[in-house]
Amino acid sequence: MNARGKAFRYGDNVDTDVIIPARYLNTSVAAELAAHCMEDIDPQFIKQVKPGDLIVADKNFGCGSSREHAPLAIKTAGVSCVIAASFARIFYRNSINIGLPILECPEAAKGISSQDMVEVDFSTGVISNITTGKQWQAEPFPAFIQKMISSNGLIDYLRAEVLK
Amino acid sequence: MSMTMSQKILAKHAKMGVVRPGQLVMADLDLVLGNDITAPVAIKEFARFKVDKVFDKSKVVLVPDHFTPNKDIKAAEQCKRMREFASDYQIDNYFEVGRMGIEHALLPEQGLVNAGDLIIGADSHTCTYGALGAFSTGTGSTDMAAAMATGQLWFKVPQALRFNLTGSLGTWVSGKDLILHIIGLIGVDGALYKSMEFTGDGVASLSIDDRFTVCNMAIEAGAKNGIFPVDDVAKAYLASHCKREPVIYEPDADAEYEQTYEIDLASIRPTVAFPHLPENAKTIDEVGDIAIDQVVIGSCTNGRLSDLRIAAHILKGRTIAKGVRLIVFPATQQIYLEAMEEGLLKIFVEAGAVVSTPTCGPCLGGHMGILAAKERAVSTTNRNFVGRMGHVESEVYLASPAVAAASALAGKIANPELLEDN
Ligand code: SF4
Repeated sequence: MNARGKAFRYGDNVDTDVIIPARYLNTSVAAELAAHCMEDIDPQFIKQVKPGDLIVADKNFGCGSSREHAPLAIKTAGVSCVIAASFARIFYRNSINIGLPILECPEAAKGISSQDMVEVDFSTGVISNITTGKQWQAEPFPAFIQKMISSNGLIDYLRAEVLK
Repeated sequence: MSMTMSQKILAKHAKMGVVRPGQLVMADLDLVLGNDITAPVAIKEFARFKVDKVFDKSKVVLVPDHFTPNKDIKAAEQCKRMREFASDYQIDNYFEVGRMGIEHALLPEQGLVNAGDLIIGADSHTCTYGALGAFSTGTGSTDMAAAMATGQLWFKVPQALRFNLTGSLGTWVSGKDLILHIIGLIGVDGALYKSMEFTGDGVASLSIDDRFTVCNMAIEAGAKNGIFPVDDVAKAYLASHCKREPVIYEPDADAEYEQTYEIDLASIRPTVAFPHLPENAKTIDEVGDIAIDQVVIGSCTNGRLSDLRIAAHILKGRTIAKGVRLIVFPATQQIYLEAMEEGLLKIFVEAGAVVSTPTCGPCLGGHMGILAAKERAVSTTNRNFVGRMGHVESEVYLASPAVAAASALAGKIANPELLEDN
């Protein structure tokens, strides 16, 4: 499983209130949420993002509320992977549970600029910056997490693996 | 092998003798919580399991608190979905508007939380119940759906930070000042993926409400959970609220902590977190002149009776500054009733405040007190992110009920110690 696309670059502590502001949480319709994704931090994001693109950020990405609407909005906007120096823990869980691949790799986060072309191999954890030719090794997901992501998240994974 | 308090609770619920930090375990849950924002998503996911019941209808709690009383049609639809689910699946603990409260104040009050419990909630401030010696943590809606279906969830066993408390807090200093101080010290990711375990002689001097406030904001330091030892104060609260016998876990004497912080409670000053992160903590002495437009007193952090009492004590017989709006929202119907019986609501109204029904409303910029561009609020809530309470150009300063009330009187951020006739 791979991801490939352009990088949208953000800083430290990107919180769930800017990923998807609470004023839009009166719906859980994914497409409606995606339409406001990152609106308070980068109004251009939703106009420019293309399927496959990546979000790259510094530390503590996704801090704040437990709203799953945040990774859902990102995933539905077409983002194929989020790379950050570190993630807030509930956001981390939520992303995996809904099948949005996210990788923690401080070196890669530092070495990727806005608009760089990036490729990620989820089975090996290798992150490549196609624009600069640099490569980094992130911790690959353990097998059960890889399975969860490829089965589109926790529910389908549990249905297939546990409740069969 | 030695374990921390949090690790012991996880080990027990995973039916394992020992667990090690970093280990992934499947554990049995004592309680699963959701609200009107997160539960509708969970309900949709739950339907995909195609099961005809939840794992235990007495262990699922549904609280419509965020956009209630329904703020608009969409919010009403979300609440309706949750209400119908509660009825279809005969959920014992569904709390309708009029009987509800903000979830994290409501659950302990209703006796649903016991020491030693493993609790997940699709709300980040589920970590509040650590005040009673439970391992409780926030998760997402998919987790909630899986938990409602199976009664279990996967956890990564956390490492821990220890906060060794000594001494006692000053008169106008509260649990809120303590936790803002700690977050200022370690940062908003200072406890990322970890437990915050509180120990030491100083614990005994903290009221249960102070402990709720401290654990409530563990997530603002990135923590998985915050937890206090179950001492006489906690036991007394549990005895008068929870029907079950407390199950008490103590950390091993040689439990491993990644770091220990020594905190002298007497040295904590009234503390304010500046925009736009809870870690931007300054003592009241460093604040300077900051004019404000709105003061909010309430929420799952500081909407309990003791918080309202402190605010009322300061506001009694006074009127708030011209140009300031004061919004008070008691956290539960029970607290609302007691505040009414004690005459606190009268004091607020006479001072020029509005008193709201229990709701999350202003805390998350939902309704009941949204800020316009450039407006500033002092708030006893827990987050001051960009746009949290309204316009992206508004500002939120986090503080204790005492600082908030004093600020409402002064029209700027103010030190409650300096009020006359206290
Ligand atoms: S009061 Fe605020 S922090 Fe607490 S549950 Fe409600 S929205 Fe969340």
